[in-house]
Amino acid sequence: MKPRGMIGYHPEQIIPHDHILRYSFKERMNHWIAAGSFIYLMLTGLAFWTPWLFWIATMLGGAELSRMLHPWIGLVFFVSVCYMFTLWASQMNFEPVDKEWWNSLGHYIRNQDDQMPPAGRYNAGQKLLFWSFFIGGLLLLASGLVLWFTESIPWNLRWLRYLAVIVHAGTALLTIGNFMIHVYMGVFAERGAFGSVIRGDVSLAFAKRYHPGWYKEIVGETETQK
Amino acid sequence: MSQATLRIQKISAHSGTVPGEDTQRQYQVCKLVDTTTCIGCKACEVACVEWNDMPFSPTAFGNTYQTMPETRWNYWNLILFNEHEREDGTLQWLMRKHQCMHCAEPGCLEACPADGAIVQYTNGIVDFQQANCIGCGYCITGCPFNIPKFNNVTKRMYKCSLCADRVSEGLEPACIKSCPTGCLHFGSKDDMTELAGIRAKQLRDHYGYDKAGVYDPPGVGGTGVIYVLHDATQPELYGGLPSNPSIPLAVKFWKHPLKWLGNIAMVGGLIGLFVHYLKFGPKAREEADLAPKGGA
Repeated sequence: MKPRGMIGYHPEQIIPHDHILRYSFKERMNHWIAAGSFIYLMLTGLAFWTPWLFWIATMLGGAELSRMLHPWIGLVFFVSVCYMFTLWASQMNFEPVDKEWWNSLGHYIRNQDDQMPPAGRYNAGQKLLFWSFFIGGLLLLASGLVLWFTESIPWNLRWLRYLAVIVHAGTALLTIGNFMIHVYMGVFAERGAFGSVIRGDVSLAFAKRYHPGWYKEIVGETETQK
Repeated sequence: MSQATLRIQKISAHSGTVPGEDTQRQYQVCKLVDTTTCIGCKACEVACVEWNDMPFSPTAFGNTYQTMPETRWNYWNLILFNEHEREDGTLQWLMRKHQCMHCAEPGCLEACPADGAIVQYTNGIVDFQQANCIGCGYCITGCPFNIPKFNNVTKRMYKCSLCADRVSEGLEPACIKSCPTGCLHFGSKDDMTELAGIRAKQLRDHYGYDKAGVYDPPGVGGTGVIYVLHDATQPELYGGLPSNPSIPLAVKFWKHPLKWLGNIAMVGGLIGLFVHYLKFGPKAREEADLAPKGGA
């Protein structure tokens, strides 16, 4: 990653018809492995969470099957999140502009994007989402292993089970909350975002409006031309 | 297994009404274990395995008379042998028949996520329905007595059924039937509580067991198995019988406040996002709108 303040130029990421490559194939593929496994985990997890949603497990082939697959799909999700970490963690450090971005969150919510400080490739919200999924993934794995092999936990370590049910459910709720916002932003609120994680590209206008800092890095525009 | 003649009063993870609730009054059944007259013959262990048609379970020798360290998925009833040194240096051999306690407020049923995998009949028996069990093991977390056991082949949970099949036909459980000393009794909860009280008083008044008493822990709403103990102030001596068992706090928190807060938050979040879209709509309707004001 480039040091801050230095305006780069990456013409190789600019593609015809005024588009920029935003996500490489590896990034897109991994995103959808994580997304697919997360959705399965969320649906089967919700089925175990409340009797009102137990029917979800029936729809997905029966609760026994859900119980059997949930931990394995959980491993897939965790591996995917780890790979995501190697791809993106270096770009997810909180920087001064992110603090400004948080302070302008009201404008962001009201779609006043021209009043937002210039976000880089990822805005502060996306960075928070990344870290919440990474840390959430670690907590869900640790508590999930206890629940997976719950009968192997000796009686004098039963507090592990008590801790695990709370941590697993609590972390799952937080990640589901983040997931809902993420899907809403990507599919409904920000036109162009969903396509970018499917086809990989965004328009120059999209990049300039939502990720001005990143736009400058790629297009090589100077500060004054903003 | 489900018995037509037994009505259900509690049912795990069920989103509707409970089919048998309040349609029929049945008296609470209860097993009374008088630990002071148990001789550790293990006839009840054998009767349990035979009646429930369980396969051979290898024993584990640990320098004690005890058959194995704890109950197994196919060994629901175990006499725990405990050597206790009294304050005066003399030895007391404490034997306790260990099995499911059939709590009035069962932690296993509370924790279970599978519709109808655990039921409580109106007579108080808590029974696992393996046909509905998904093998998640949450009942292990919910139980304060370390009772439910997992079968790694069938991927289901098992425990003592208090011989619900026999009881529904008017018979006593197999363990009761086999006991040669009369240390096991079976009847209504009221009768067993009275009998236990009389025995405990007899032990206090005539046998020098000043602390003798009845174990019927209120923390789980009372149990369908009650004990007469030589020393009711120290139930832990009898192989770790908890002095004040209750459904673990974590399970109560998980299944009540956390569940409702989580459900409200998830539904509220969906409504909130929908209202946001109604009020503010997408950030830009067309690609052309994306250009900042004043031209791209």
